[in-house]
Amino acid sequence: MDLSSISPELLLASLVVASTPILLAAIGELVVERAGVLNLGVEGMMITGAICGFAIAVNTGSPAIGFVAAALGGAVMAALFGLLTQLALANQVASGLALTLFGLGLSALAGQEYVGLKPPPTEPLDFGVLSELPFVGRVIFSHDLMVYLSLGLVAAVWATLRYSRAGLILRAVGENHDAAHALGYKVVRVRFLAILFGGACAGLGGAYLSLVRVPQWTEGMTAGAGWIALALVVFASWKAGRVLLGAWLFGGISVLQLNLQAAGVPIPVEYLSMSPYLVTILVLVLISADKSRAPGSLGRAFHASQ
Amino acid sequence: MLLRNLVTRMLGGVSLSIGLATAAVAEDPTKVGFIYVGPVGDGGWTYEHDQGRLAVEEHFGDAVETVFQENVAEGADAERAIAQMALQGADLIFTTSFGFMDPTINVASKFPDVKFEHATGYKTADNVSTYSARFYEGRAIQGHIAGKMTESNVIGYIASYPIPEVIRGINAAYLHATKVNPEVEFKIIWVYTWFDPAKEADAANALIEQGADVILQHTDSTAPQAAAETAGGVITFGQASDMAEYAPLPRVSSIIDNWAPYYIDRTQAVIDGSWDSVATWDGISTGMVGIGEITDAVPADVKEEALAMKAAIAAGDYHPFTGPINKQDGTVWLADGEIADDGALLGLDFYIEGLTADIPN
Repeated sequence: MDLSSISPELLLASLVVASTPILLAAIGELVVERAGVLNLGVEGMMITGAICGFAIAVNTGSPAIGFVAAALGGAVMAALFGLLTQLALANQVASGLALTLFGLGLSALAGQEYVGLKPPPTEPLDFGVLSELPFVGRVIFSHDLMVYLSLGLVAAVWATLRYSRAGLILRAVGENHDAAHALGYKVVRVRFLAILFGGACAGLGGAYLSLVRVPQWTEGMTAGAGWIALALVVFASWKAGRVLLGAWLFGGISVLQLNLQAAGVPIPVEYLSMSPYLVTILVLVLISADKSRAPGSLGRAFHASQ
Repeated sequence: MLLRNLVTRMLGGVSLSIGLATAAVAEDPTKVGFIYVGPVGDGGWTYEHDQGRLAVEEHFGDAVETVFQENVAEGADAERAIAQMALQGADLIFTTSFGFMDPTINVASKFPDVKFEHATGYKTADNVSTYSARFYEGRAIQGHIAGKMTESNVIGYIASYPIPEVIRGINAAYLHATKVNPEVEFKIIWVYTWFDPAKEADAANALIEQGADVILQHTDSTAPQAAAETAGGVITFGQASDMAEYAPLPRVSSIIDNWAPYYIDRTQAVIDGSWDSVATWDGISTGMVGIGEITDAVPADVKEEALAMKAAIAAGDYHPFTGPINKQDGTVWLADGEIADDGALLGLDFYIEGLTADIPN
């Protein structure tokens, strides 16, 4: 065993990289579910974002434009789901699953010409002297724009839901859509916007995989990350801060256990391997022992005539 | 009608419509099915199996129809996928991952008239053959190149599941790396997946951060290649497929699985009615295991030695597991000059001397 070969700086820095895709997808899905919609198509929207972002970044040479395209791609997929569930009143669970299958197939088709290509590098932001600081420089001031954007997004979602009028309306729609409708709020419009936001976030998460974390395009490369994001929202009891905690726990322990294995720590690999799931669930279940519960109208279809 | 009744009876609760579908295609060309563990575009393992499928289509033309199901999870769902393929009228089904072993055996017992071929497993039945390639021959060559080229003397190994095939690969690579460089240390990470690009990339990064300048992978995607390319100063080997898009660096060579001749042979056997249950295990000599081009990043003398080893293995003059080799605990496994027999290799569940970690259960 040689723990000295693990560098805490590098470990914390890669924790952030490993958790950003699920964090982005989960914070988007959180808003969707707080509006009372259950979109199980996160995986499909993520993979669509991954290929849209990759293809556009390769063609334009700009990762930034790639990320914008990824958000658009995810939002377009989400719009399909919105049309089906909000206007055609289709079953949300079935539509979400279909969206995942559709996204996986569509991305495989669209990505055929992009296998084996190298995306333009996503450069870290330039913080000048701050990046030179010992430890802190590497851990906090060495990342790319998307990392800080995702953290900002979590803060914005938290603040919006908690303090703003728009957040209050969104929560009202999610808790009781009939009451919200009776008060004159446009339930379908609010939900549609939330769905678009969720899709854009999932798309960004997918593009972070294909442009930064891996970085390449491979069919099916999300490999279940969307489902983990979905689970995270539930275990985080629909609270933005806990989603961040959960994403960091999951990403962090995933990276940590790989490092511990490489360092030859005498803990059976089976336990190390399941630790990200176990610890994340355990911690989030323990802290959600309060009266947290799902939004009241979650997954229920709404029509003004009913 | 007889077939329909048979099928319906065999499966009890299966709906009539599926039975009808089976009857409808009974007269069609020989149908060959493939069950894949990953997507056909993984650039590695599944990609090569699909190349084999396409070769079958090209070779037989209209006489054969192929179908495939990708991203089939190992475990309970595999049984459903295989059974569904048999119900759709497949005459021959290749199940192309170790974890499909028990599902294949289970489904085969319900479809005695369908032939099954399971890759890399060890359970056969009257209508189930097994086939695999001696990847460890390629691993020996990789180990040689890795041992010669490493400067940090740390070699990272991304392992999938603790099954004999993977353990053979680790042992073969370690044995031949230490032969040319006794200072070599192996760092092994078990990722418990065949295909998860993000996790494979994370594992490669963890190994590189801990000083590895050679990454060997036993997983299916090209993600570790991309991670090594980004990190720089690291060499890798293509796994299952050539992964030539990462040549000349980081990818300096590769193990290529060539399933096409085998798939064509076995399909022909089904057409001729001469198919029987066999256990095939071929290597470099028959071309089932190919060694991808060794790039100029490898010093000329090392390349020459590697090619000489390849030639010796192909000619049968050299076996990668030739004694003296001790087990990890120091006891003798193979005496001086003794060659490991296939039975011992197929069930290999221990590390050789010098490897420090434990194998997960």
